Amino acid sequence: MYKIMKKEALGENIVLFEILAPQLAKKAQAGQFVIVRIAEKGERIPLTIADYNREEGTITIIFQEVGRTTKDMSLLHEGDNILDLVGPLGEPTQIANYGTVVCIGGGVGIAPVYPIARELKAAGNKVISIIGARCENLLFWPEKMAEVSDELLIATDDGSVGEKGFVTDIFKKVMKRENIEQVWAIGPMVMMKAVAELTRPEKIKTIVSLNPIMVDGTGMCGCCRVQVGEETKFACVDGPEFDAHLVDFDLASRRLAYYKEEEKRALEQKTCNNGGGCKCH
Amino acid sequence: MPLKVPRNSMPTQEPQERINNFKEVALGYELEIAKKEAERCLQCKRPFCKEGCPVEVDIPEFIQALKEDDMQKAIDIIRTKNSLPAVCGRVCPQENQCEMKCVLSKKGEAVAIGRLERFVADWEAEHGRNTEEKIKSNGKKVAIVGAGPAGLTCAGDLAKMGYEVTVFEALHTPGGVLMYGIPEFRLPKAVVKREIEYIESLGVKFENNSVVGKLYDIEELFELGFQSIFIGTGAGLPYFMNIPGENLNGVYSANEFLTRTNLMSAYDFPNSSTPIKVGKKVAIVGAGNVAIDAARTALRLGAEESYIVYRRSRAEMPARLEEIEHAEEEGVKFLLLTSPIKINDDGTGTVKSMTCIRYELGEPDQSGRRSPVAIENSEFTMEIDNIIMAIGQGPNPLIPSSTPNLQTNQKGNIVTLNEDGLTSIEGVYAGGDIVTGAATVILAMGAGKKAARAIDKYLTKQS
Repeated sequence: MYKIMKKEALGENIVLFEILAPQLAKKAQAGQFVIVRIAEKGERIPLTIADYNREEGTITIIFQEVGRTTKDMSLLHEGDNILDLVGPLGEPTQIANYGTVVCIGGGVGIAPVYPIARELKAAGNKVISIIGARCENLLFWPEKMAEVSDELLIATDDGSVGEKGFVTDIFKKVMKRENIEQVWAIGPMVMMKAVAELTRPEKIKTIVSLNPIMVDGTGMCGCCRVQVGEETKFACVDGPEFDAHLVDFDLASRRLAYYKEEEKRALEQKTCNNGGGCKCH
Repeated sequence: MPLKVPRNSMPTQEPQERINNFKEVALGYELEIAKKEAERCLQCKRPFCKEGCPVEVDIPEFIQALKEDDMQKAIDIIRTKNSLPAVCGRVCPQENQCEMKCVLSKKGEAVAIGRLERFVADWEAEHGRNTEEKIKSNGKKVAIVGAGPAGLTCAGDLAKMGYEVTVFEALHTPGGVLMYGIPEFRLPKAVVKREIEYIESLGVKFENNSVVGKLYDIEELFELGFQSIFIGTGAGLPYFMNIPGENLNGVYSANEFLTRTNLMSAYDFPNSSTPIKVGKKVAIVGAGNVAIDAARTALRLGAEESYIVYRRSRAEMPARLEEIEHAEEEGVKFLLLTSPIKINDDGTGTVKSMTCIRYELGEPDQSGRRSPVAIENSEFTMEIDNIIMAIGQGPNPLIPSSTPNLQTNQKGNIVTLNEDGLTSIEGVYAGGDIVTGAATVILAMGAGKKAARAIDKYLTKQS
């Protein structure tokens, strides 16, 4: 059991947990993820590590309520326990002094981008961060991102904060004025694909972090396989970060949507004991 | 006792009934049948059966106790050598081990040693364990990595010798392949849980959710005060065929398909929140025990047709005969001398059909089996909803990749320097599938047993 030390609502349906797990906090590095299970009959879901505090022995995860498990998880309080927490899984981000780097985070993708930007900054890079969301209510951590970036730029679809538009609109402008060595882009699949298409002709190395469906998270089941160039890779042990120019994003998107109907069914069953849809509670 | 007395058959659930449930297929002997079967044992002066048992169970002795109606004594005899008798009695390939060596098998049918072992273990489960092992702690700490058959056996044996044993398990529950791989209808999870409770009763501690290689590395385990380490992390990396379309939705590795069903209870979705998708027609590529388990599981999950697709012929199928027969009774179909070369998309990223090629058998290969040769222009396409790859597994890479001085072979298996399982690092032993490549539960248990003995010798010498 892993105690929730802090719970914070970061925006509409976006929740942060700080969880007590000292050994995990000691070993966690930017780019890695954990697998969480909250009930005996619960599923195992992967979540990227948004932060870690080695002194206090906590790790931070941020999630959006989208399915049954994340909805159930959002009902947990400070002091409650997470049943199972496994990690740190996956390969950490390769931190080095590259020169000028751009860190792009879209939606809940801001969470995993934060520790990467921080470590890149600490390694001496000039870090330009671009974060975005549909609207202000869904955008979090601008202050924290600003602290670890030389420059922070913000985009929202509706312009409620920052520039109106997509992170890619801002990124295009940054590409024109900066000599970029490497880019990290984490967020919705369409965003990552769009960034990859912008940097491909310029041959700017671009790293994306994939979050496919997983079961064990240790290489045992192969559920998380992704097509990277000619090769099939397991995101859990070979990733989650991959070269954006080699990832088959369409395939990855379709694999992510495989259980959509089941997810809907699970959600209906959960939200209503009378067959679903009546919003009785 | 005349040799002609036939072996007592195992009562089973009727095929038509059992394909609609996940309950155990083999129901187990009743007391009278068990005693009748025990009577068949000749109590040989030189019992060859024992030589066939990788964990050295005193077979004639426990059968004698059973014959004398002293079940407590029978289980105590088994338990001194085997910490998982209810598991072994169900899933060991006895026909290649103890029962193959039984003298009765020379002229007729072997004593049903496995069924008797199961009977005795189940008797204990029903009546409760009455014997308490007298264990005196020697204060020495040993870490076991992986709570599968090898690790559990090693842990149990070391605990009985007085060691303080901690087992580090990556998943949320111990048991390894016994929990995630072997289906409920062949090995009920309640049985596995009881065996683990027994090992806990010996003082063994379990640290679940602990991926060694990530949360701790081998060096850190020594720093934590463990004086010796056993690695039994198994064959945890499924192989795929590398054919086009293999990453389409609807293609599962057998590991994923079975893990969703067994460990995560996907058959109970949405009460259990892990889903699984099974269409009307399911093809399993491969013909080992794992493939047969997947084929039978698919039927229970609602598939109308379940095919074993195998590129050799029936005689070369590696699965246990008993399992193949059970699968046939349940309606699993066998598409032999056939293998897929391409998986076709329905246009939305999901499997629609598979294109296969036919084979004929040529000369025997290195394994002694006649090797399949593709027949030209024999391609055909069949509609299919799911394809499950059960063509074997490689070693899990997490420990080797995080332990630089741990020697591995080309395939990534840990190299052991001797029969005891000693690795290239002093005090670190390994056994089971991580060393041998995918094999059986009982061979892994045998390796765990040998390593426990070697660890004891090593730590005794040190003090």
